[in-house]
Amino acid sequence: MAPDMSAIPQPSTRPARGLRRASRGVAGFVLTTAVTFLGLLAITFFIGRVVPIDPALAVVGDRATQEQYEAARVALGLDRPLFVQFLVYVGDVMTGDLGQSITTNRPVAEDLARVFPATLEMATLGILAGVLIGVPVGVWAAVRQGTWIDQVIRIFALMGYSVPAFWLGLVGLALFYAGLGWVAGPGRIDIFYDGLVEPVTGLLLVDSLIAGDFTVFGNAVSHIVLPATILAFFSLAYIARMTRSFMLDQLGSEHVTTARVKGLPEWKVIWVHAFRPIRVPLVTVIGLSYAQLLEGSVMIETVFSWPGIGNYLTTALLNADMNAVLGATLVVGVVFVAINRLSDVAYRLLDPRAKR
Amino acid sequence: MSELLTIRDLRVSFPTHQGRVEVVKGLDLSLGRERLGIVGESGSGKSMTGRAILRLIRPPGRVTAAEMTFDGQDLMALPERRMRALRGARISMILQDPKFSLNPVMTIGRQIAEALDAHERPSRGERRTRVRQMLERVRIADPDRVARMYPHEVSGGMGQRVMIAMMLIPRPALLIADEPTSALDVSVQAEVLELIDELVRDEGMGLILISHDLALVSRFCDRIMVMAGGEVVESCAAADLRHASHPYTRGLIEAVPRMDETRDWLPVLDRAARAGT
Repeated sequence: MAPDMSAIPQPSTRPARGLRRASRGVAGFVLTTAVTFLGLLAITFFIGRVVPIDPALAVVGDRATQEQYEAARVALGLDRPLFVQFLVYVGDVMTGDLGQSITTNRPVAEDLARVFPATLEMATLGILAGVLIGVPVGVWAAVRQGTWIDQVIRIFALMGYSVPAFWLGLVGLALFYAGLGWVAGPGRIDIFYDGLVEPVTGLLLVDSLIAGDFTVFGNAVSHIVLPATILAFFSLAYIARMTRSFMLDQLGSEHVTTARVKGLPEWKVIWVHAFRPIRVPLVTVIGLSYAQLLEGSVMIETVFSWPGIGNYLTTALLNADMNAVLGATLVVGVVFVAINRLSDVAYRLLDPRAKR
Repeated sequence: MSELLTIRDLRVSFPTHQGRVEVVKGLDLSLGRERLGIVGESGSGKSMTGRAILRLIRPPGRVTAAEMTFDGQDLMALPERRMRALRGARISMILQDPKFSLNPVMTIGRQIAEALDAHERPSRGERRTRVRQMLERVRIADPDRVARMYPHEVSGGMGQRVMIAMMLIPRPALLIADEPTSALDVSVQAEVLELIDELVRDEGMGLILISHDLALVSRFCDRIMVMAGGEVVESCAAADLRHASHPYTRGLIEAVPRMDETRDWLPVLDRAARAGT
């Protein structure tokens, strides 16, 4: 009787156990993410309250009377205990209300929906170019280690580390916009095209294609080309450097020797046996690089008057616009968590050792 | 016995801050379809000799030889393309540690099939059958399951058997085994060596067994070469090892403890004996 009892339920519990494990994974993910965000909000919130900037004063201005000032304080909820303020803020965030920005006089959520796509568009183009060029260049340098090709690539990559972004932006603008007139100047689009296409995704390139307006598309391209190229240069330099050092490790390893002993052609040795194992660390490097670009490159966005999140965050900080600062920080946090989760998924797909 | 491999005056050198250093200094060797053991301590140049035969020493390392012929072909003059056709297919090599010498992100079955595909054009079915047969020949009980596994999922002994399968599947004429058991547990060392021995006999291959273990080499090989400091100091039939004359070899033999011994002190290798070299 006993062996039958244990034999019967087994097939039915197996999928259930798998399901339970999966749901525990999801629950764990939700919990860690929630804690991460709570921590992020708490730190930003309390730093915002500790710094010697008075949000109420920022609203009413220097010449307000004491009564006006007090009224603004009450309206902003600043008269309540700090911890209560924080709880109220968290509650608002949960319902999607990020508060009002005092610089733009619009809801912060609305502002972010406008500025984040601008950054997303530029960062995505930048990282795409960075990966598509940086990875092959890094592999090439590693394969030709010590030759002049390697030296040239290394110097190029070093420049990407050491040249300041704003300098490259200004020189680029002076040369290609003011001098040669090959590209359009600062901003996302020329002023007379502004608002011509209906924002669907907020990405101008995509929206103009959806609208079928190729004039706007062309104009947007000529605006984004220069800043995106400069961003691409920085991520390319970093990615190429890391790819090169990962590849050098692999090329000296025993399993690459094994591949050569088998009599495989060199391209297979390089791309199958040396490159495949480095895809995992490369995903991390690329993910971090992308996250960094998505935070908004303040320098590039300032030089190119790009209405992105870096620009928005800086302006908000300078104006003591705490709701906007918190909102933008939250977006950056979401980006980081999302990219980390995506890297984890990619890990599991690429490395058999990471399974389970 | 027909000569499989002939080497005269093989030299391998690497640049260092103090100028080029020769790690193999004029090695002569001729091998038929027999089992040759190369013994020596770390840095004696034995591994470099194995790699030089396969032309796997990459710049800035430099290899020169008055003669290096395999089966009538001049290995030094062969273009890289022809050399690739030779690697794996005619001359193969088993590396030391399966933990590092197998590709971590590729299944075992694919790695073995790849060695076959590099030299033949088997059909899908034929490839599957031959991989399974090869795994069975290296005494892997459940070949289909193992073929789907990744190297980190198998033990060291099994990993090394996979390595042997991979290197023997295109049926090479010469197998170089570079310390094939030194990374394994003592309990599986004999098993793996016996397996290599059996397969080498079955196929009538030539074998170069590189090891630092004198006793082990003398048990599995017909002939023995002792290397020290990049030079061959002794070359004799395995059976004659006891009558070895060179002080370095004598030193090695003396330093091996025996079950029935009464010595209070185990002698230390006297490196001064070859200080002049």
